[in-house]
Amino acid sequence: MTFAIETVNVEKRYGCLRALDAVSLQVRQGEFFGLLGPNGAGKTTLISVVAGLVRASAGTARVMGADVVADYRSARRMLGVVPQELVFDPFFTVRETLRLQSGYFGLRRNDAWIDEIIHHLDLDAKAEANMRTLSGGMKRRVLVAQALVHKPPVIVLDEPTAGVDVELRQGLWRFIRRLNRDGHTIVLTTHYLDEAEELCDRIALLKAGRVVALDSTRNLLQTFSGFVLRLRLDREQLPAGLDAPVLSQDGTSFNLRLRDTAELESVLHRLREAGVGIAEFELQPPDLEEVFLRVMERH
Amino acid sequence: MGGFPTLFYKETLRFWKVSFQTVAAPVLTSLLYLVVFAQALADRAPAPGGVSYTAFLVPGLVMMSILQNAFANSSSSLIQSKVTGNMVFVLLPPISHLELYAAYVLASMVRGLVVGAGVLAVTALFVDLRLASPLWIAGFALVGSAVLGALGLLAGIWADKFDQIAAFQNFVILPLTFLSGVFYSIHSLPEFWQHASHLNPFFYLIDGFRYGFIGASDFPPLASLAVGGLSFAILSAIALALLKSGYKLRG
Ligand SMILES: Nc1ncnc2c1ncn2[C@@H]1O[C@H](COP(=O)(O)OP(=O)(O)OP(=O)(O)O)[C@@H](O)[C@H]1O
Ligand SMILES: [Mg+2]
Repeated sequence: MTFAIETVNVEKRYGCLRALDAVSLQVRQGEFFGLLGPNGAGKTTLISVVAGLVRASAGTARVMGADVVADYRSARRMLGVVPQELVFDPFFTVRETLRLQSGYFGLRRNDAWIDEIIHHLDLDAKAEANMRTLSGGMKRRVLVAQALVHKPPVIVLDEPTAGVDVELRQGLWRFIRRLNRDGHTIVLTTHYLDEAEELCDRIALLKAGRVVALDSTRNLLQTFSGFVLRLRLDREQLPAGLDAPVLSQDGTSFNLRLRDTAELESVLHRLREAGVGIAEFELQPPDLEEVFLRVMERH
Repeated sequence: MGGFPTLFYKETLRFWKVSFQTVAAPVLTSLLYLVVFAQALADRAPAPGGVSYTAFLVPGLVMMSILQNAFANSSSSLIQSKVTGNMVFVLLPPISHLELYAAYVLASMVRGLVVGAGVLAVTALFVDLRLASPLWIAGFALVGSAVLGALGLLAGIWADKFDQIAAFQNFVILPLTFLSGVFYSIHSLPEFWQHASHLNPFFYLIDGFRYGFIGASDFPPLASLAVGGLSFAILSAIALALLKSGYKLRG
């Protein structure tokens, strides 16, 4: 089966800076794919290469099998992109903006679908308002709507929830999830790792233009992360002979990193042996933030 | 059908929505030129073809408006889209470089021609105009607006900031139009400046356009039209090559 998005050794140089360094990855059709990484990792640059907004210095990218340069018409028809920057055209209203965007894709009788997206993104009240008069969150919704006018099978969202309130964020994810259930492939970048953890089937971690980890969210959580054990004890000194590394200490409170549940047992055993009293005890499940930090440390 | 019709429509709608500033203002400016220069130069500037100075001046003013506004449309639209970032809306869809070029240049032509028609309509209220051969008028209006639309597109592609467009307008477009014989016949100039004027492509556009009105010109109109056509072909070839390569637009 053709991949929704495929990049092969994509490289992008800006002068002597390598914004992307031999990035090869494949996003399967129907997947909810996360593209994570710290600021400047190259997420937006990679998306721009796939969208044809930026020419790669080397390598190739395809959308649904269509090369983004040689067969740009097919590639772009298959792709909807929500850009990271909050851009808009101050000359037009929301509805005009969507009609124009639709027309750019050669779709001139598209009002039924435009009405539907307006409705789903809760933009009905603002449909005839000039773009200039919209709040930031509302402008963000219009950007999402613009990416969907041509019903693209592959949708890329570059930090769609930056600066967006809780209600819209949840509404947006409900809508995106529905699109995903309907068969659309979703690629997402975000700095909210809990969001990515909850939504994404697979995740690629980017650092300094390179893919440093790429796996299913579940595998990433298992291989790279363990548990964090939070303890409050009756003293400020841990007994000797504890294997688990101490992440932090604040008076009698300790955070220990555990690889697995077996290690929990040995820690508790050692504490009991040493006669240490436990005042509070909390076990935190693995989370993506841990994974993220550990992968970034390693590379 | 691709994205061309919509992009063309958007580019014309864009200036039409602010027509007070993009159409009414330049018409008023031309009217002021007419009042001031007709007063100041009526006795001194000899007009070829035995027409009054104002009948000589008006076609020049009309063409000057066409040229300046055609340039302003594509250049300001592009630089605005680039600076504000909304160029992505045009770069993301499957619009070819040819469609992009055609939409920007044609919309510029529309703006130039609308303003030119406005100037003509308003000045005709005050000046008795002859229309010696309307076909030449139409031909030069089309070629002139196309040349400047393409030049504006180039400037818009090249520039990164508004001030670069303003500089281009003030240091290239404005001097070239002013020194192209809008306000005087170049035969009234010293010999050196007559020759210098022949290096100015705008001279041919204005001279030929005026021929359509008064039936007399400094240079054969067909040759002028050829100069205009050649300028257009060269500018278009450069613009298309840049658009195809993604120069400055697709990082
Ligand atoms: N047009 C450009 N010219 C020069 N350098 C650039 C350009 N665009 C991006 N870069 C550089 O490329 C690197 C990757 O940038 P990119 O915007 O892709 O990062 P990102 O992962 O999207 O970051 P963020 O999370 O902040 O959005 C950065 O070092 C950035 O400074
Ligand atoms: Mg980014």
